[in-house]
Amino acid sequence: MLLARIVGTVVATRKDPRLVSNKLLLARPVDPKGTVEGNYLVAIDTVDAGVGETVLIVSGSSARMASGMKDTPVDACIVGIIDTIDVPE
Amino acid sequence: MQLARVIGDVVATRKDPAFEGTTLLLLQPIGSDGKDVGRPLVAVDAVGAGVGETVFFVRGKEASFPFHPTEVPTDAGVVGIVDHFSATDSTEPPIPPIRHR
Repeated sequence: MLLARIVGTVVATRKDPRLVSNKLLLARPVDPKGTVEGNYLVAIDTVDAGVGETVLIVSGSSARMASGMKDTPVDACIVGIIDTIDVPE
Repeated sequence: MQLARVIGDVVATRKDPAFEGTTLLLLQPIGSDGKDVGRPLVAVDAVGAGVGETVFFVRGKEASFPFHPTEVPTDAGVVGIVDHFSATDSTEPPIPPIRHR
């Protein structure tokens, strides 16, 4: 799973019917220290995350196992909002 | 499956209900020489591993199988704690077997 920062929202009116009433967010992966790196991705939000929060993103076919995502055409889901990352030096 | 070092703990209060009771670990994948390879990732722990341990983890939907029948939405899971491992340097040519007749 990826650590990512929410950097924006995505709105799409015309979409697969199974995606209706799901919130789309724009996320950018971060390293454990919180520095953004890599490319942007669009993920379905299942935990009411918001812009600026650090979240946990599950990708690939496992994304369909997120709550309420059965049989939906998704490959990235936000499944947690990160409180702390503890990395002993 | 891949080798990794557990480098940290991840705490999330608001999460998918299927994660309740599981531990989230921060892993740094390593190569055969024990050096870091690629980016750190978050994985669900199925074996009780902790920070500083060398583990092996599985990627993909299979990472949720240890928690069956609960469908934990994870794409990475720690499935073993490594006691020790050894590897020959892959840049060296393999030593041909000696046959005695």
